[in-house]
This record gives sequence, structure tokens and C-alpha cells, in this order.
Amino acid sequence: MKRLSRYRRHRAAGPVLLLFALFSVGTTFSMASASNRESVTPLARSAAIDEGREIFLKGCSSCHGLNAQGSVVAPSLIGVGAASVDFQVGTGRMPMADMSVQASRKPPVYNAEQVAALASYVSSLAPGPAIPTDSLLNYERDGSTAAGGELFRTNCAMCHNFAGQGGALSQGKYAPTLMGVEPKHIYEAMVTGPQSMPVFSDKTITPAEKLSIIKWIKAAEAEPALGGASLGRVGPVTEGLLIWTLGLGLLIGVAVWLATKAR
Amino acid sequence: MSTREYVAGSVANYVDERTGAAAWMKKNLTKVFPDHWSFMLGEIALYSFVILLLSGTFLTFWFDPSQREVIYDGAYQPLAGLKMSAAYASTLNISFEVRGGLLMRQVHHWAALLFMSSMVAHLLRVFFTGAFRKPREFNWLIGVGLVTLGIVEGFLGYSLPDDLLSGTGIRIAEAIIQALPVVGSYLAFFAFGGAFPGEAFIPRIYTVHVLLLPGAFLALITVHLMLVWYQKHTQYPGPGRTEKNVVGYPLMPVYMAKAGGFFFIVYGVVAFISAVASINPIWLYGPYTPGQISAGSQPDWYMGWLDGLVRMAPPIETHAFGHTISWNILIPGLIIPGILFTGMALYPFIESWISGDKREHHLLDRPRNVPNRTALGVMSLTFILITLINGGNDIIAQQFHLTINQIMWFSRIGVLVLPPIAFVITKRICISLQRADRDLVLHGRETGRLLRMPTGEFVEVHEPISAEKAWVLTSHEQNAPLQIEEVDHRGVRRVGAIRNRLRARMSEANAQSAPKVSADDLKEIEHH
Repeated sequence: MKRLSRYRRHRAAGPVLLLFALFSVGTTFSMASASNRESVTPLARSAAIDEGREIFLKGCSSCHGLNAQGSVVAPSLIGVGAASVDFQVGTGRMPMADMSVQASRKPPVYNAEQVAALASYVSSLAPGPAIPTDSLLNYERDGSTAAGGELFRTNCAMCHNFAGQGGALSQGKYAPTLMGVEPKHIYEAMVTGPQSMPVFSDKTITPAEKLSIIKWIKAAEAEPALGGASLGRVGPVTEGLLIWTLGLGLLIGVAVWLATKAR
Repeated sequence: MSTREYVAGSVANYVDERTGAAAWMKKNLTKVFPDHWSFMLGEIALYSFVILLLSGTFLTFWFDPSQREVIYDGAYQPLAGLKMSAAYASTLNISFEVRGGLLMRQVHHWAALLFMSSMVAHLLRVFFTGAFRKPREFNWLIGVGLVTLGIVEGFLGYSLPDDLLSGTGIRIAEAIIQALPVVGSYLAFFAFGGAFPGEAFIPRIYTVHVLLLPGAFLALITVHLMLVWYQKHTQYPGPGRTEKNVVGYPLMPVYMAKAGGFFFIVYGVVAFISAVASINPIWLYGPYTPGQISAGSQPDWYMGWLDGLVRMAPPIETHAFGHTISWNILIPGLIIPGILFTGMALYPFIESWISGDKREHHLLDRPRNVPNRTALGVMSLTFILITLINGGNDIIAQQFHLTINQIMWFSRIGVLVLPPIAFVITKRICISLQRADRDLVLHGRETGRLLRMPTGEFVEVHEPISAEKAWVLTSHEQNAPLQIEEVDHRGVRRVGAIRNRLRARMSEANAQSAPKVSADDLKEIEHH
């Protein structure tokens, strides 16, 4: 203790203490806020629709109604189609974690089989967009990167940003990042228009064009950081931040050093 | 005499007989400069300008400033076969096919950001230390001119590649031109050579960017430096430093080595950042088409505050006599920046009018000793910072899971409310710091050693501060506010009564300070 107190008036004591305090607060917070993940109980096998209905009644009906007719807090699911269910549940957006402005992507609650069962139940209520098959989704063969880029910049970039990094919308809503999203889910989002997104029907953007867009997104995702660290691909804001912190910071450091040595 | 000395001597003599340089060099090479890190901020700006000239020249070898439509067949496949302007295609060519081209583009752009930020940092140093006071008002004006031109030059620079982001910026600039009442649309047609985007704009701004403005920069920077040379550098107060001398090191060899070395360090830092961090990845933005736009379209940081102002403006327009006046663009885009820059340019004259101080000053102020000016500076910074935050509102909303609307309302209210609060708080802090200085001089430094007196009382031992430090803390002058009598010495009522009363009140606010330690105070403390 005595040895420690010798340093309490040291020049570095303040900053070190501050760092220590920040570190301990951060650690405590992250430990306290860690969430427990529940394991999914397997469900008995049944005919797909019946099984889907079972899941629906347990997990979805409290908001969407016992017959998927919708309620004050949630829309009707009659006619939304299997694609919508596959997107919303498959990306973990549904069931919602909380009633905030927008359902965000999170690890899916249901496994692939359960999602398929739910999708067949919902699509049995009324016809709607179907889940695209693997043969339809062969974007590597059927898409064109350059044409996809043009379509992306015309139709998608205004919300999802020029490089698909996502962007902010009004009132806390946002267009999510497209990096790391499965091609199937991108396709389904275009067909069904989840949340704030408009529907891009096959008349607006043909299936071949949709594949081009997917191909471009995948190319942007795979593109190495050509000019060095990408700084988030969000434009000049992070660039300005870097020059004021790292750039000018380094140089002022050198200037202080140059001026000190002369004393 | 060795052969080497003989040869060197002959060469020097040869040059001197023809130019008479020896006497001039002898005088100027021994010129003394004071030493402080904050005096090197302007140097960073100067060196980044040199980097800009060099890297910019390299880029002109391959850049094609033309809006002629071409079909891209270069190396970057995601854009293969697309229609684009020759300007954009040649920038892609520089980035992907010219050897070292991408690095040079990044050097040029990072150096531009550094140029602007170091200029602003230098401007803040000059402002907060009062280095703009007589006789340096002209240099302040030149500095304000350089910052203004820098903003324009930077904007033109990132507009040249004709990518989606630069096209968006040009579109906004066009809107700001159009917002000028009556002449706006004519001016826009004149600037663009017809309707937006036209084919004339890129070639035109290219000439301005590589010829006109760099020439203006060179001229202004030369005058700026010559004035520094002639008027001599200011210095911080300290023992032996007066209004009539400069304490420091001679140019040769100390500053030659320091400044020369610093140039290479600046170049090294810019090259390092350019090698590891991407800037303006135009291939991702895509070619400009008026029908397209990206989420999070921001200008470079030095225009960000302007963008933030426009973003927070409420949608107000009036229609009169067949004309539309867009107040929502006119006020934030032209009127407020105009007021800000005019105020900045005139500040030295305003301050001297308020304080009535017409003397020369070569010793710098410690910011705390001029509470009013320091508070005014922090107030302006707060204003700019809030507008800057609002300029990046969508990126901030996205990264920190906030809502754009909240940020915008925070900025709208904050931009009016927070600067005055910042003024008051800064002024109080300055005066408190003055009191702390006074305390330090009178009672010395707290040593942290506790003594127990025979009576049981605990006291902390104070140690007197050094004479040098005491000098720094007490050598500044404190002037009484102006007293403007309502009648002059002949008993005649002065003209401009309201103006005089205003001036007296401002002068009083300007002179508010904690009283500094006087000789009487010291006598009294010795008496204790």
C-alpha cells in the first residue's frame, strides 16, 4: 500500500486511474448485461402444416392472432407467403426481441425445419411469394455484376449505402447492412418488402436483375480493402475523424517532442 | 587551407560577388525563432501544401478532366462496360492501372484533409493566444482567406472524379447557388454552362483547382510567411521575454534542422496513413448519374458543418412576384457562413475597438488571462461542432443506434442554446484558473506533506513556486475597461451615445478578470 501511495502524485497517476476506472466499469457492465441463451426444445414431427401451426400458436399467435389475422400490434400474415416467413424468422427478426421501432437481425430462434414448417403453415392460409429455390438463386451463372451495381445504386443505395453497409432512416428505423446476408434472404427481402423496405416486384426488377443485384452485393462483400483499411465504407465522416485523431494527433505529438528536446 | 575549403570558398565568393547574398544570408540565417510545439501547427499546413502540389502534379499526368461519355473497359470488373465520364474513367485508371496511382491519390486526399485540419488548428492557436493583435491583423486576414480558399479548393478537388458522391456534392452546390434571390438561377446556368450537370463543369473546375487557386495559395502563403519574417514571431510570456525581443534559437542551424526534419515527418505521416487507410474509394461509389444517391452522403469534414446547417434548417420558402426564395438553403448555406467568416475576419479590429488597445503586442496571451476572448472562441467552436455533428447525423444514428430525428432536434435546439452556455462556462473556468494562479503565487504549491502541529492541528506544507513560474503567472497586464464619458472635455455631449454605451459595456465585459497578484499582495503575504 505504501509503495502504491508513493506514486499517487505521479504525472501518470491520473490517466492510469482513469483508464483503470473505464476498464472496470466496462467489464462489469458487459458481465452484468450478458444474456443467457435458451436452448430450443425439439418438437415432435408431424405433417409440415400442422407442425407449423403448433409453432405458430406457441410462438407467434400472441401478437399475430390465433388465426394469423393480425392485431393492434402486429400485421395480418394471411397472404404474406412463405418467402416472408423464411426471411423474418430465418434471419431471427421474428419473433421480435422487443416492441421497438424495427425488428433487428439476431440468431434465429427456430431451426431450419421449424422455419420451413412455419412457412408452409402461413402459405397454406393464402397464396403469396414462395421461397426461391436453389436453382433459381444461381446468381453466379445468371447475374451480371456491373448491371447489378447500376441497379443497386439506382434502387438500393439510397437507404443501404453505396457499398451495402446500411444506413439510417427516420425515427430510429434503419436499413440494415447487406454484408453477410444469405442470397436467399436478400431475394426474399426484395420480393416481400419487410418493414420499411418497399416491395420490388418481378415487374419492377425482373428475377434476372435481382440475381445481378445479389451478385454485385456478393462481389462488394468479397472485395478486399483495396486502398488499405476501409474505415467502415461510410464515406468522409470516418475519414475526417481519422485525420483529426491519428493524423493531427501524431504530428502534434512529434511537434511537442521536437519542442521539448530543445530545452 | 585545404583544397576543399579553397573550392568552397571560391564558389561562395563567386556567388556573393554576383548576388551580394552574403550580407543578406548572414543577417537572416541567424534570425531567432521562439520554440513551442503550437508554433509548428502552421508548419504542418505549409508542408501538407507542398505535398499537395507534388502529388497533385502527379495526378494531372493521367487525369482527363472531361465529361465526355466513355464505356469503361479497365481493370475494375464490377464497373466493366458501364457508361461513365472520361473524368471518372481516368480516375479509375489512376487507381487501378497507373503504378503507385492509388497511393498518390490517397496521399493527395489525406494531405488535403491534413492541410485543412492543421490550418484550423493553427487558426485556433492564433486566436486563443491573441497572436492576431496589432501589428498582425493583415496576417490574420490572409489566414482567414487561406481557410476560405482551402474549403473551396477541397470541394472542387473531391468534385473532380465525377463519382456518385462528388456529383451529389455538386448538385448541392448548385442548389446553394440557385438559392440566391433573383440572380441564383442565372448564376447556376452560367457556372454549369447550361442545365445541370451539363458537360462544362468538370473542365471548368479543373482549371480553377489546378491553376487559379494553387496560384492564389502560393501568393497568399508567401505574403503570410514574409509578414511573419518581417514582423518576427510572437512568443509566450516568460522571464527575459519582452515586447521588444524574441527569445529562441537561430534559424541556422537549429530551425533548419528542425523544420527540415519536420517536413519529412509530415510527409512520412501522410504517406503512412495513405498506405494503410483508404480514402474516397470512388470505385465503390460508382459513376455519377443524377438519378442515383447513396445513404450517408457527406462532404469532407471541412464542409461538414455547412452540410449540418443545411440539414437542420426547417423547410421555409416564400413565393413572391413569381420568384421562390428558399430560406431553408439561403440562410444556412450562404447567410450564416457569411456572417461567421466576416465576423472571424473582423475580430481583431472589433476586439481592439472594444478594448481601446492600439499598442503593438508580441507577447502572447495565456487564454485564461483573456476570459472574454477565450469564451467567445469556445462558443464559436461549440456552434461549429454541433453543426458538424448534425452533418454526420445519419452515420451517427446508424453507428450508435440513435434516431436521426433526435439528433436533428438536439442540433436545432443545441445550436442556439449551447454556444451561450459554453461562453458562460468557459469564462467562469478562465476566471477560476486565474484565481488558482493567484493562489499559487501567493501561497505556493501544495506539497502533499502533512504536518501535525504541537497543538494537534494538521497543516499541509506549501512550497513557494519558482521565480520563473511566478513571472509567467504574473507578468500579463490587466487593463481597466474603457471609460467613455457622456460629455467630452469641453463639456459637449458626444455623438453616438448608444454606440458609446454599448462599447463601454462590451469593454467592461471584456476586461472581467480575477485581479492578478500585485506587489501589495506580496508584501501583505510576507507580513503574515
